[in-house]
Amino acid sequence: MTLALILLPLFAVIAILMGANPRAAARNATGMMLFAGLGLAALWALGTRTFLGVDFLVLSKPEIHLALNFFDGMSVIMMLLSVIVAYAAARTGDCEDRHAKLWNISLLLIAAGAVGAFLSTDLFFFYAFHELALIPTFLTIGILGRGDRKEIAWKVTIYLAFGSIILLAGLLWLIAASGTPDLSFESLLKCTVPVAAQRGIALFLLIGFGTLVSLFPFHSWAAPAYASAPAPISMLHAGVLKKFGLYGLLRLHPLVPIGMASWLELIIVLLLGNILWVGFVTINQKRLDSMLGNSSVMHMGYIFLAIAALIAAQSESANPIAKPAAILLMFGHGVTIAMLFGLADRIERLTGTLELRDLGGLAKQAPKLAFLFGLAAMASIGLPGLANFAGEVMVFIAGFKGWEPDTPPGWVQIATILSLWGLVISAVYMLRAFRHIFQGPTVEFTRNASDLSARDRSPAVLLAAVLLIVGLFPNILLQFLEQPEAVVAREQAHITQHPRPPQPAGSAPVQPHPSPSQ
Amino acid sequence: MEYLAWLLLLLPLLCAAAIQFGVKDSPAAAANLSVASVVGTFLIAVLLVFNSDFSSSFTWATAGTFTIQIGILGDQLAKGMMVVVTGVGMLVHIFSLGYMKDDEAKARYFGGLSIFMFSMTGIVLADNFIMMFIFWELVGFSSYLLIGHWFEKKSAAEAAKKAFLVNRIGDFGFMIGILMLWGILGQTFLFAEMEAPAKALPESQATIVGIAVLLIFCGAVGKSAQFPLHVWLPDAMEGPTPVSALIHAATMVAAGVYMLFRLQVAAGTSIFEGFAGTTIAWIGGITTLLAALMATQQDDIKRVLAYSTLSQLGYMVMAVGLAGEAGIEAGQAGMFHLYTHAWFKALLFLGSGAVIYACHHEQNMWKMGGLFRRMPKTTMTFAVGTLALMAAPPLSGFWSKELILAQALEHNPPLFWIGAGVAVLTPFYMMRLFVVAFLGKPRDHGAEKAKEVPPVMLVPLIILGVLAVVSAFSLIASSIVPDNDFHAHGFHPNMVFWISLGALLLGAGGGFLLYHGRSSDPLANNPLFKLFRNKFYLDELYLKLVGLFQDTVAMAVHFLDEFLINGMIVGGLARSTAGLGNIFRRLQSGNLQGYAILFGAGILLVIYLTVFAR
Repeated sequence: MTLALILLPLFAVIAILMGANPRAAARNATGMMLFAGLGLAALWALGTRTFLGVDFLVLSKPEIHLALNFFDGMSVIMMLLSVIVAYAAARTGDCEDRHAKLWNISLLLIAAGAVGAFLSTDLFFFYAFHELALIPTFLTIGILGRGDRKEIAWKVTIYLAFGSIILLAGLLWLIAASGTPDLSFESLLKCTVPVAAQRGIALFLLIGFGTLVSLFPFHSWAAPAYASAPAPISMLHAGVLKKFGLYGLLRLHPLVPIGMASWLELIIVLLLGNILWVGFVTINQKRLDSMLGNSSVMHMGYIFLAIAALIAAQSESANPIAKPAAILLMFGHGVTIAMLFGLADRIERLTGTLELRDLGGLAKQAPKLAFLFGLAAMASIGLPGLANFAGEVMVFIAGFKGWEPDTPPGWVQIATILSLWGLVISAVYMLRAFRHIFQGPTVEFTRNASDLSARDRSPAVLLAAVLLIVGLFPNILLQFLEQPEAVVAREQAHITQHPRPPQPAGSAPVQPHPSPSQ
Repeated sequence: MEYLAWLLLLLPLLCAAAIQFGVKDSPAAAANLSVASVVGTFLIAVLLVFNSDFSSSFTWATAGTFTIQIGILGDQLAKGMMVVVTGVGMLVHIFSLGYMKDDEAKARYFGGLSIFMFSMTGIVLADNFIMMFIFWELVGFSSYLLIGHWFEKKSAAEAAKKAFLVNRIGDFGFMIGILMLWGILGQTFLFAEMEAPAKALPESQATIVGIAVLLIFCGAVGKSAQFPLHVWLPDAMEGPTPVSALIHAATMVAAGVYMLFRLQVAAGTSIFEGFAGTTIAWIGGITTLLAALMATQQDDIKRVLAYSTLSQLGYMVMAVGLAGEAGIEAGQAGMFHLYTHAWFKALLFLGSGAVIYACHHEQNMWKMGGLFRRMPKTTMTFAVGTLALMAAPPLSGFWSKELILAQALEHNPPLFWIGAGVAVLTPFYMMRLFVVAFLGKPRDHGAEKAKEVPPVMLVPLIILGVLAVVSAFSLIASSIVPDNDFHAHGFHPNMVFWISLGALLLGAGGGFLLYHGRSSDPLANNPLFKLFRNKFYLDELYLKLVGLFQDTVAMAVHFLDEFLINGMIVGGLARSTAGLGNIFRRLQSGNLQGYAILFGAGILLVIYLTVFAR
C-alpha cells in the first residue's frame, strides 16, 4: 500500500513521457496521493500497523532492503506533509506550455523522492531517495529559474553536493562503527556506537544534514534558490524536501547521543545564527520572494532548538516535549512556507512585480488574496490557532524543560530566550511586507489587479484549512507519535541490551548542559 | 454551568466565522449577527455571575507525559470581569450600529469585533498561563485588525503595525517569564496548582522569582501600555472610535492588570514581594504621571482620552505592584478601579465618538466649541463621564481611586504624592477638554452644523452614564467586584479624602479659569508644555533607536552575510575541498546534465563503499 504513494507519481511521469497532458497527470496523481496518504494515516491512527509495505532485498552483504513502510509516527506525519504540499504545488500556478512537461515531471519526481525518503525504513534508500529528489530540483532551477539561473543552480549544486557528501561520509562511518548486520533503521537503532567514534560521526551528521536544512553558516544557497525556482518547486523543496535533514537528525541522533552532546554549544551558536543573524538579513530584504526564502532559513533555527533540547536531555523520556515539538513545527512550517510561496507567485502574476516598494493597497483590489496571505503570514509569525504556534510554544517549553531554578540558565535556556527575540524579528519583516503589499493606497502596479478566482485560490485554501485544523487541534498530529510508555520501554530495552560503555579518560566534556530534571 | 461558559467563549468565534465565510457580502446581516452574539454572551455572563463557580478543561496538546490544557476557570474574579467585558462590549456593538452605518467594510468591522470578544473572553476565562498567552496573542491580533480597519490610510496601517510590534516586544518578556515561572513552580501552568509550590519557595530563590515576575510583568507593560512601551496606544486611536472605547480603554488594555491580579490570586502576593512589586508600582507611578502631563497638551479629543487611559492604567498597575508589600487588598483596589474605569472611560470614548460623528469626523477640539447647545444629551453624558474620571465624589471613579491612594499612602508615600499630583492634572486636562469642545461658541463649520446623534448611539451613552455614577455602589458592585475595603468597611473621610478633594478643586478650577473663552491654547508656547505636547520626544527617540539597532544592524548583517559568509568563507570552503573543487570547476563549463550526473554519482558511491569497502 505504501508503495502506491511512490508509484502514483512515477506512473504519472511515465504517462507524461508517453504523451499525456502533463498538467492533468500531475494534478490527478498528486490528488490520488493525497487521498491515499490521508487514508493510510487514518488507518495508522486507528491502530493498524501492517500496511502491506514493500521489502525487497537489494543487496545481501551488507543487507540493503528497498523497504517502504511507516517506521513510526514521525514518518506518517512527514508523509502527510509531503502529499498535502505536493497536491497544493501541483495545483499552483501555470507555466508556459512548452515547459509544462519538464515542470510537472520535476514536481512529480520531487514528490516521489520526498515520500520515498520519509517512508524508507532502510538507511540506504532513505539517503538515495533524497538524492534522487534533488536532481530535478536542481535541473528545474537551471532550466526554468529566474534571474541568474545558471549561477544559482551552480551554487545550489555546490552546497548540496557538499552537504550530501559530508553526510554520506558520516553515514558510512556510522554504519562501520555500529557494526550493524543490515542497514534497516530497526537493527541500526539497536546498535551502540563506540564513544570514541561518536564525536566525529555526530559532527559529520550535523554538517551534512545541516547544510541540507540551510543551517547557519551553510544557508546561502536557500534564499536565491527559492526566489529563482518556479513556485511549485520552491513550495515542495522549502516545504517538504528540506525537512529531510531534520528528519534524519531526529531519526539518527539516538545512535550518537554522547557525540551530539559534545557539540551542543556549537549547535546552539549555529541555530542562533539562523534565528538572529538570518533574521536580520531577512529584515533587510527588498523583494517578497527573497524575504520568504530567508524567513524559511530563519525558522529552521527553531527546529534546531528543539533538537538541541533533545540532545541536552540525552533521552526522549527526559524531555518528552522536544521531539513532538520539532515534528509539529516541521509540519507547520512546511505547510506555511508552501502557502506563502504559492501566494507570492499569485501576487507576481497579478501585479507583475515582487518589489515591496512597488506594491501597495492590494487588499482593496484583492481582499481574498489579502485574507489568505495574511493568514499564512500570521501563521508564519506564530499566531495561536494556526499550526506553527503550537509547534513553537512546545519548542520553547522543551527548551526550559531541563532548567533547575536553583541554577543559572544553561545553554539551552539562554538559546531559548534569545530565540524568543526571533518572534519580534519575524513580526517585523512579515508585517512590514504585508503593509507594503496590501495596505495603504493603491499604486500603479496594483490599480488594475483583480482578485483570485476560486480555482486559483484552491491550493491556498487547502493549506489554510490544514493550518487551522492542526493549529486548533494539534493532537490530531501529535497522536501519531509514540506514547510515553513506549518511549521508556524502548530506551530501557536499549540500555539493558547495550549498557553504555564507560567513558574513556580524556573525552571528559560530554556532560549535558544542563542536567535534565525528571 | 460549564456548558454555558464554553458557549460564552465560542459564541463570538462562531459568529466571526459565520461573518467571514457566510454573510461577508451582506453587511447588515453581519452587524445584526455580531450584536446578537454579544447580547447572548452578556446574558450568559450575568447568569454565571449569580451562579456557583465552575471549571472545566480538555487536553489541547500531548507530548509524552506532558500536556497543555485548554480550560475555563470561573471564579468570582473571572465571572465579574466577564460582566465588564461583555457589558461594555454589548454597548459598543450597539453604538457601532450607528457609528459605522455607512462604512464600506462594515462586515469586516463586525467580524473583527467578534474575534476580539472571543479573544478577550479567553483571557478572562483562562485556567492556565499557556491558554492565557494564546488568547493574549489573539487579542493583540484583533486589535491589529481593528486599528487597521481603514488600512488604505497610511497612518492607520502604520499604527496597526506599531501596536502589534510593541506588544510583541512585551510578549517576548512575558513568554520568558511564563517559562521561568513554570520551572520555578514545579512545572505547572495551571493557576489552580500554583499556590502550594509558591508558598513553599525557598528564600534562596527570591531573586529568580522576582525576575520571573518582572518578566511576566513585561507582558502587562506591552498590553496595558505602560512606560516605556506606552507609545502604541495613542497611535491606536487611528482605529474607529468605538474600537478605541472597547479595546483601547475598557478591556484589552486592562488585560495586563487582570493578568497580574490573576497571578496574585493564584500564587499569592508573596511572589511580588521585594524588588518585583516595587518596580511594578514605580512603573505604574511613572506612567500615570508622564501620561497625565502629556494629556494636558493634546488637541485631538481622542488623544486626550488615550493619554488619560494610560494615566489611569498607571494607577491600576501601581496598585497591583503595591500588593507585594500591602497584600491582596492593594490588588483588589486596582481591580476595582479597572471595573469603574471601564464604564466611565467607555462612556467618554463613545461620547467623543458621538461628537466626532456629529462634527463630520473632526477630531481637533479647537475646531469644536458650543456643542452643549447643539447636542445637550450627549454633552450631559460626557459631563458625567468627565466628573467620574476627575474622581468627583460620589461618582464611581472617586471611590476606586480613593482606595488606591490610601494603599499608596500607607505603603509607599512617594508614590502617593505622585498619585496626588496626577489627581490635580486629571481634572485640569479634562476641564480643558470639556470647556474647549462643549462650551463657548462653535469655531468651525462642523461644530456649527452638529446635531444630536440618533438613539442607537445615545442609548448606550445614557446607560454608561448611569453606570458611571452608580457602578461603585454595593448594589451592583457587590456581585461583580465584591472583595475590597470600600465594601467591607464603608467610607470614612480621612486625610486621603481631603487631599484628593483639594486636588480636584485645584485642577478643575485651574483648567476652567485658564481655558474658559479661549480659542487657542495659552500654554502652547511655554517650553515646558511644548515638551508635554511632543510627548517628551519619546516617539522620536524610539524611531531613532529602531533605525539604529534594527535597520542599520540588519543592513550590516546582510552585507556581511553576502560578502563574508556567502562570498568567502563557505563558498571558498566548498570550492577548495580537496578534489571536489576541481571536479566542480571542470563541470562548470559543461551542461546541466553533468551536474545531475554528479548527484547520481553520489548514489553509486554509496553502493560502492558499502558493498566493497568493508
